[in-house]
Amino acid sequence: MGSRNRGTLATAKKEDTAERVSAGVVSFILAILLGIAVVWAAGSGYVKIPFREVIRIVAAKITGNGEWLANLGRTAPVVVMDVRLPRILASMLVGANLAVSGAVFQGILLNPLAEPYTLGISAGAAFGASLALLMNFTLLGLWSVPAFAFAGAVFTLMAVIYLTAGSGEFSSGSLILAGIIVASILSAGVSLLKYLADDSVGMIIFWLMGSFASRTWGQVGLLAVTTFLGLTVFMFFSRDLNLLALGNRTAGSLGVSPRRVSLLLLITASLVAAVCVAVSGIIGFVGLLVPHMVRSVTGPDNRRLLPVSALAGGLLLLGADTVTRTLLPREVPIGVITALIGGPFFCYIYRKRQLRQNQQAV
Amino acid sequence: MYDLENVGFAYGARSVLKELNLRFEAGHFYGVIGPNGCGKSTLIDLLAGHLRPDHGCVRLNGQPLHRLDRKTMARNIAIVPQDFRINFPYTCREIVMMGRYPHIPRFAQPGEADRAIVEEVFQQAGLDGFQSRYVNQLSGGERQRVVFARCLAQQTPVMLLDEATASLDMRHTLRLLNLVAGRVSPASVVIAVLQDVNLAAMYCDRLIFMNGGGVAASGPIEEVLNAEVLQEVFQVRAKVAYNDYCDTLQVAFKKVVRP
Repeated sequence: MGSRNRGTLATAKKEDTAERVSAGVVSFILAILLGIAVVWAAGSGYVKIPFREVIRIVAAKITGNGEWLANLGRTAPVVVMDVRLPRILASMLVGANLAVSGAVFQGILLNPLAEPYTLGISAGAAFGASLALLMNFTLLGLWSVPAFAFAGAVFTLMAVIYLTAGSGEFSSGSLILAGIIVASILSAGVSLLKYLADDSVGMIIFWLMGSFASRTWGQVGLLAVTTFLGLTVFMFFSRDLNLLALGNRTAGSLGVSPRRVSLLLLITASLVAAVCVAVSGIIGFVGLLVPHMVRSVTGPDNRRLLPVSALAGGLLLLGADTVTRTLLPREVPIGVITALIGGPFFCYIYRKRQLRQNQQAV
Repeated sequence: MYDLENVGFAYGARSVLKELNLRFEAGHFYGVIGPNGCGKSTLIDLLAGHLRPDHGCVRLNGQPLHRLDRKTMARNIAIVPQDFRINFPYTCREIVMMGRYPHIPRFAQPGEADRAIVEEVFQQAGLDGFQSRYVNQLSGGERQRVVFARCLAQQTPVMLLDEATASLDMRHTLRLLNLVAGRVSPASVVIAVLQDVNLAAMYCDRLIFMNGGGVAASGPIEEVLNAEVLQEVFQVRAKVAYNDYCDTLQVAFKKVVRP
């Protein structure tokens, strides 16, 4: 062991003592990239629109100055404002929400593998939302489907925590196992609903696979409200979330009420994830991938991790959605893409954890 | 400092502490000693405000503990737990700085004074050079020293140690207990659960022997550390004598264990 250590001392030391990159700089770069990505995405697609025209169209809509739209033709403004922008903003906000809720779940449950998808919360929200679609429940207007999704998400979260609570080990694989068990039951439930649905089954199937096609401004508004609400709550408690990483007893001795803060954050994170599912179906692994990558840049301090994750998540999902929309010969549901990339990544983190635990045991 | 009146606590139907009446006075280093499962950790949790007694009352400076808000408690009571695991790659400096959180407003950055305290604690705890290392890559003993440092950085009048030195080697055990003992002043108190009676004899000036959820003996060390009490509490045969090398009482045990 000694000789091996000497050989890798230089690299190991560098890895051990890396200093944090300023979160402000990272956020600034990500925000600029996000702006560029929005303009690029709004211009690309079946109808190509030069980015100067995109900016002109958006500026005209914001300022209400119709003259700037002269000599642009009829289609371009409609394509940008009614077709592409809602989709772009929806994918961005969903990416931000999923990344942030993943980071919060990981922080509270002390489990780097936790996120809405692996905890079964997405499946629970999908079940609730399918139920609302099947029953044609519209009493709450735009919030009808999200309300059912939220109920499904919270119910699933309770069930998963209840299944794991006996062992007292949220940080172990048993939490993820419980999540997968509950998710598989709920998936069967969704299949049953699909079977019962007959006519609207096509709609449910397409929505479930995760897609941003034909999103509306209403849904964008819904997502924006949720993002704002979620980030406000999360940032307010971000320092407490840091302390929860030390365990409930220690967090309590450092001025946090562990039970109250955990419950509030878990419910808020479920709400955020549920609204995402209600709008765009199940999109897995974003909440795992993004916080993990961001943590290696900003460190695990949630006061930096959460805002940077939001920006990075938005950028990632917007980029992925635009690539599937414009570069691939046929449009593939975004949920399929993230699962294809995120699944192997999950395996990688899981394996790394196993190895480290074995090392510690020896 | 602390007053416990008729304190009782049970986990469900299993009663852990019964009718506990204790007084902890400032200016002393208290050692809490007893067999496994006698309620020592529960006592620490009650003193830390992590658990609330089922009946009776725990008072800190005359105020019932459950009336104090979390912030005030965190500025007055620090705790070093027995085991500590963390899954996230915080640096040691970030962990120790968490001890300053109760003194820093929610959205403020740590000030010059906070940084200076953290840096000083690193020197005192013999952790210089660990500041930028990741806490989840340390060995168990190293990690425990970081937790000690965090507790010291909290700068509270009350320090509670729950078998805090169990995973440390002799050198660091002595070093950290020296540090903690140095923090005892007319305005502060240290209460430590210890397994090692001889370690307790070296550092504590008052001992509390617990057995079966109650107090078997308590008081100044010269009065309570004797063969009869050890026999009653641990059912072991022991000889207590002044040891001039340690300059304290020390205990020697007979190998025979009564069935």
